[in-house]
Amino acid sequence: MGVREAPLGKTFSEKILGRKAGKDVQAGEVVSVSPDYILSHDNSAAIIKEFQKLGVAKVRAPGKIVIVLDHIVPAADEKYAQNHKSIREFVAAQGIPNFFDINAGICHQVLPEQGFALPGLVIVGSDSHTPSYGALGAFAAGIGRTETACTWATDEIWLRVPETMRIDLSGRMRPGVFAKDLSLKLIGDRGAEMANYKAVEFAGSAAGDFSVGARLTLANMSAEMGAKNGYFAPDGKTLEWLEGRARAPFTAVASDPDASYESVLAYDLAALEPQIACPHTVDNVKPVSAVAGKRVDQVLIGTCTNGRLEDLEAAAAILRGRKVHPSVRVLVIPASWQVYREALASGALAALVEAGCVVLNSGCGPCLGAHEGLMAAGEVCLSTSNRNFRGRMGHRDSEIYLASPATAAATAVAGEIADPREFS
Amino acid sequence: MSQGKVWKYGDNVNTDVIFPGRYTYQIMTPEEMAGHAMEDLDPAFAAGVKPGDVVLAGKNFGCGSSREQAAACLKAAGVQAVVARSFARIYFRNAINLGLAVLQCDGAVDALENGDEVDVDFARGEIRSARGTFRFLPLPDSVLGIIEAGGLLEYTKKKLAKE
Repeated sequence: MGVREAPLGKTFSEKILGRKAGKDVQAGEVVSVSPDYILSHDNSAAIIKEFQKLGVAKVRAPGKIVIVLDHIVPAADEKYAQNHKSIREFVAAQGIPNFFDINAGICHQVLPEQGFALPGLVIVGSDSHTPSYGALGAFAAGIGRTETACTWATDEIWLRVPETMRIDLSGRMRPGVFAKDLSLKLIGDRGAEMANYKAVEFAGSAAGDFSVGARLTLANMSAEMGAKNGYFAPDGKTLEWLEGRARAPFTAVASDPDASYESVLAYDLAALEPQIACPHTVDNVKPVSAVAGKRVDQVLIGTCTNGRLEDLEAAAAILRGRKVHPSVRVLVIPASWQVYREALASGALAALVEAGCVVLNSGCGPCLGAHEGLMAAGEVCLSTSNRNFRGRMGHRDSEIYLASPATAAATAVAGEIADPREFS
Repeated sequence: MSQGKVWKYGDNVNTDVIFPGRYTYQIMTPEEMAGHAMEDLDPAFAAGVKPGDVVLAGKNFGCGSSREQAAACLKAAGVQAVVARSFARIYFRNAINLGLAVLQCDGAVDALENGDEVDVDFARGEIRSARGTFRFLPLPDSVLGIIEAGGLLEYTKKKLAKE
């Protein structure tokens, strides 16, 4: 009596990694697995250099390697141009079939759109926002460059099976409130290390209400919670979205009802109002109303967090028929060329351009501070991206605020931080 | 066992201040990387750090991007260990995979101050100083092989050579 013979239920991480490892695993164990896909981007140039130190001529599984140029596209200077060139040469020499050049978009939008990110798969990527693919039910985690090079050579990587934090969502968000606001609220309440090393599972009655785009925003922002991966159990919306996109058959995996969770949080979406992360950490979060009136110099709408069609539509809904404030520069970056074409067709881009926004090539843009709209000392940017660390988008004495595309659009019109609910 | 000076910082020291993003895609030598270490957090660090010194920090050291330079620049600067309450996940992986010791030790973080002289004894799992001796959590066996080989590259090289 009291001794449990059968193992406890499993979380999705334990199931996916257990299936890959070919054994029963539980949180805390370190397993060695062969991933389904290995992602890298412009940093492939550095990864290639590491790979060449290993003394093997060929990558082990070229079909598993996915390379997307997105960070500095097109190349901003000779150094970046040389990096891109060395990547193209490596791709050709190694026969890597899944290569996306400067006319594709941000890797975290391209992999889902092109049907790589599928339920039940293990995807590792040399980028910290790789957890995005959990939006579609994959186990996806960010890794470093050296281990990416080693995984190219061995088709094997060590992963610690994470404990899982479940976030139960209920209620319905009010107009003007978006998935980004929820992610910022969570990080503001719990701190930037709220889920360090852990998996975050978005669950509860309201999780299924989120579109796939909104799920991608939440899974993407789980990286800012310190999470190893973020996850939504695949449902009808997932399957519908994957229709015609999935590159291979897949098996959806969900956590067992009696799975063991490290912690469970509960949030009522109806109580949420627009949120903003203030300089210089993502967990320095306030309601937008608390910082309304702060003058800004630049607004960025885009990135792997908030550059999808529904994000551009949300911004266009506010900017349509209005003008960008004369003292503000607004940069719009569709997350991918597919989004770019959809936003052209829907009229969203026309509305944004008419309002005075500058539309840039799909890619990371100025988010990581390498090109296309860097900030001078003392300047303030409101961005829909995921990080506001000191100096990230230019001078160390510039400031970055993070918010939703609707808050960004309202701010663009007002010339100062503004609540989008006043612009509906 | 070796001796060094403590450079103490707070919680959530992120990869952007350890190694600024503006240099990330300009491939650099280790010496160049060391010259920019901690540039946006502590402009005095790169010029003052000596081989054997220890970086001491609070929670979630290395949060932010997956850039390996944030571990590589400290190793290149001669830092023998980063001692913190906790590390961000990717930073922890990168540091191990590059052979930079990352140690969790609340006692040392609580007691030690900037500029303190310390000995780090990896064999005994101890940090010793005038303020006392502090024990740290040993790293899991499964990753010790990688550290003992001097990092994942060397470990993988040996493994591939055996195949």
